[in-house]
Amino acid sequence: MFTYVARRALYAIPVILFASFLTFWLSSEAFGSPCDKLRTSREGVTAVRRCEKRIGVDQPIPVRYAKWLGNVVEGDFGTSSRTNQEVSAMLGPAMWNTFQLIVFGSILSISVALFVGVFSSVRQYSAPDYLLTALAFIGIAMPPFWFGLLAQQFLAVGPKQWFDLKEPIFFTVGLHSAGGSGFNLDYLRHLFLPVLTLTVQSIASWSRYVRTSMLDVLSTDYIRTARAKGVPRRTITWRHATRNALIPFVTVVALETGALFGGLIITEKIFSIPGMGQLFYDSLLVGDTNVVVAWMIITATFIMLFNLIADLLYGFLDPRVRLT
Amino acid sequence: MTDADLPTLTPTDAPITRSPAIPSAPTEPLLSVRDLSVTFHTDDGDVHAVDAATFDVAANETVGIVGESGSGKSVTALALLGLLPKSATITGEIRFKGRLLGELSDKAMQPIRGEEIAMIFQDALAALNPVHTVGAQIAEAIRVHHPETSAKELHARSVELLDIVGIPNPTDRVEQFPHQFSGGMRQRAMIAMSIANDPALLIADEPTTALDVTVQAQVLEVLERIQDRTQSSIILITHDLGVVAGVVDRVIVMYAGRQVEFGSVDDTFYEPKHPYTEGLLASLPRLDRRAEKHSRLHRIVGQPPSLIRLPGGCAFHPRCPYADLGGRCDHDRPELLPVGPDHRSSCFFPERVGTGGQS
Amino acid sequence: MSAETTGVSDLAGLDFAPEPITQWKLFRRRFFRHRGAMIALVVLILLVIWCFSVSWLSPFDPYRQDLLADPVGPGSAHWLGTDELGRDQLTRILVAGQLSLKIAFSIAILSVAFGTLVGAVAGFFGSAADQFLMRFTDVFLVVPELAILAVALQRFGSTGIVIILVLSFLFWMGIARVVRGQVLAIREKEYVEAARAAGANPGRIIVRHILPNIIGPIMVNTTLAVTAAIITESTLSFLGFGVQPPQTSWGRMLATAEGYVGTDKSYLIYGPGLAILITVLCVNFIGDGLRDAFDPQSEKH
Repeated sequence: MFTYVARRALYAIPVILFASFLTFWLSSEAFGSPCDKLRTSREGVTAVRRCEKRIGVDQPIPVRYAKWLGNVVEGDFGTSSRTNQEVSAMLGPAMWNTFQLIVFGSILSISVALFVGVFSSVRQYSAPDYLLTALAFIGIAMPPFWFGLLAQQFLAVGPKQWFDLKEPIFFTVGLHSAGGSGFNLDYLRHLFLPVLTLTVQSIASWSRYVRTSMLDVLSTDYIRTARAKGVPRRTITWRHATRNALIPFVTVVALETGALFGGLIITEKIFSIPGMGQLFYDSLLVGDTNVVVAWMIITATFIMLFNLIADLLYGFLDPRVRLT
Repeated sequence: MTDADLPTLTPTDAPITRSPAIPSAPTEPLLSVRDLSVTFHTDDGDVHAVDAATFDVAANETVGIVGESGSGKSVTALALLGLLPKSATITGEIRFKGRLLGELSDKAMQPIRGEEIAMIFQDALAALNPVHTVGAQIAEAIRVHHPETSAKELHARSVELLDIVGIPNPTDRVEQFPHQFSGGMRQRAMIAMSIANDPALLIADEPTTALDVTVQAQVLEVLERIQDRTQSSIILITHDLGVVAGVVDRVIVMYAGRQVEFGSVDDTFYEPKHPYTEGLLASLPRLDRRAEKHSRLHRIVGQPPSLIRLPGGCAFHPRCPYADLGGRCDHDRPELLPVGPDHRSSCFFPERVGTGGQS
Repeated sequence: MSAETTGVSDLAGLDFAPEPITQWKLFRRRFFRHRGAMIALVVLILLVIWCFSVSWLSPFDPYRQDLLADPVGPGSAHWLGTDELGRDQLTRILVAGQLSLKIAFSIAILSVAFGTLVGAVAGFFGSAADQFLMRFTDVFLVVPELAILAVALQRFGSTGIVIILVLSFLFWMGIARVVRGQVLAIREKEYVEAARAAGANPGRIIVRHILPNIIGPIMVNTTLAVTAAIITESTLSFLGFGVQPPQTSWGRMLATAEGYVGTDKSYLIYGPGLAILITVLCVNFIGDGLRDAFDPQSEKH
């Protein structure tokens, strides 16, 4: 088990290195040098050259990457060209905001998907199953950003106008009202719409996934054996079927958390939440290389971490799998 | 196996009538099945998996059901326990200890399953839940019917059951998962689970098919030993005539969902009264026939029919060497009628069987 | 799983059909019987025709601006109203649809073709090619697609062609991995072993034995690629990294409409999103129909 984790961690290093190099190279190419704005100054090209030499961007990409990497190992992601702040100082608060969305999003989508999936599999071809299936199809096909706009229109701004409320039931900007903090009703009213937008697709597709794997499991021989033993239906559903259907589901959940990270860009932009997604978006627009590359590395690390967690959980849930 | 081993065979003169009465035990049989039919509705048409099965099983008796795959033997077994999918239509009567099982709801069947009628499935690897230990699965079989049993007792009983079926180191084995067992061991564990509550009727569906020959013998031996211990009845489903000859009292031969012959093992195997049974027996490779170099392994010509479009008349007539084409065989459906004491056949011309036929 | 199992599965071994039907015929019959997939196919075809015949059908010029006219809500003149520049919203949606659909289908075709080729080669020949494919794609699996795409589009500009190439570059990898897995599984099957033992050359084995068996997953994955392409392109355009004005796509239109949530022009947010939703729904249904037709086991629970 320990050697397994160690091996996986070792394998992660070259992957992350390569991914970071790719991003470093691509974004350096994409954004040009931060000194370009000096081109219009009095000294023109000379000033640009001097500036580039000073911050080291006159060197070839591999050399710059090596130097940058050396700093990263020491925890220094460089300075943001947009805000002139230390990148590492900007990442902290952004990660905290994103963390809240991810945690609540995961709880919501996993529990709803599991419940809906199990329910529609044991009630296969019933009216509620058809209804949930239809909803899931729409949810899967729903572009998340459009869902975000609709949610704002119908769950926030709309009700406020129709019922002439002082403030909307759910807020559409940030995680707290101005000056607010902590875990309270105001927080939940801010959290609801972004979390829903972030998870609508996962809820829909995961519930289908759970339903399918439940149906697979329910048709196996060992479920028939359990019935032949006289085990009551409810026990069969949870102890025998769901327990087995969880195995593939856990893997999918952990792997698709990656999709959640991507979805954050949209959600945080629509609901103006200063998290990692918003940070990436803002930095990319102005070509803030250091932030973009740092973002990529951190995201990649998290995704690999989730993959590892998926495998560990798999080994834990399925006694046939041995992690070596 | 001698006649003395066949307690239910009563040498009475069974009245030759057209009634569905069947050679039966002197007392009320443990299980009696009358006109049991199972039909599956598919897109391509109705599949008549079992057609009017009628038989009895007496207490402490072993009845074998033989036939090719698709002949309806397993479907019959599942119908007895009410384990068929909803797509199946079941008609007829299943009477167990005087109760009509067909009229019970799924919930009402639960106390019977595993407690009074237990089932041993063929592929034990698939039939055991991969994520629970063998011990937990045996314990569950007890707990659902006896919820008052303490965890300690459950554990002790699981170990004991594994010991009974001849699994070495039962205390260690009880903590293991099915995939850690060998094929024969898994089948034994399956048997241990099914006998956990000393059921009155044990249905074994091809319990030895997936096993090596030596292990087969061991598993069958376990079954016999258990029967001696618990006095339970066994329905043994198999396509292996050797297995049947070894352990069974009476045998039902099925073809295309229909019973074609039913009688004591000796009658059926030494004097088959249905051409299909005769064909089955003749197609067995036999060591003692090796010397006859020119004799080739017999085979039944043709293929088993589609259960959706059964041939008219006797389902076996297209493959039958004795068939009276243009006569009754391809016209009328033969009934299972007595051909001797405790011996029935659904052939119009049972006397022709054994004469070699024209083809 | 043993071939000869108990119970109902016994029935699977029986031949229900009186005469042999070829795999392909069987597939076609099942697909055309799939009601959802058939309706979806018709709707999708109508939608495509509508989008591409808009210049003949619509009385409005999608590009002509009328800044003086007040925006009109949905009504008999302008079915979906006019946008902030006085252009007919429905006409704009149909014109945007041309680009969205062209981009999506090009990406699907390109990435499936390339992904199938690479996946089949890697799966069949294994070893070095396979290792390289897996390690190379590993790198891209750990970074959100959207981020890579946004950076790449910043770098290469956002014309239609660039969007197609960049998205295809990302999409082929998933398909290659699927095809590789299928090929690996089929390669080990007895009949392929037998063909190989009989001395059939690799090309023949791929074409005769492996391709017919993976055509199902490939077609299903094509539909998945189409929907992923539509959603991804519209998301990128919504964020401002995709299609640039004066060209427009559904995502681009929604980017503009975002500002009108809760205003009197909020009607502008419905149309383009609905167009995306309907297109994706249709393609998904077709994919489901294909899956069920190729693998009837998947629906028969």
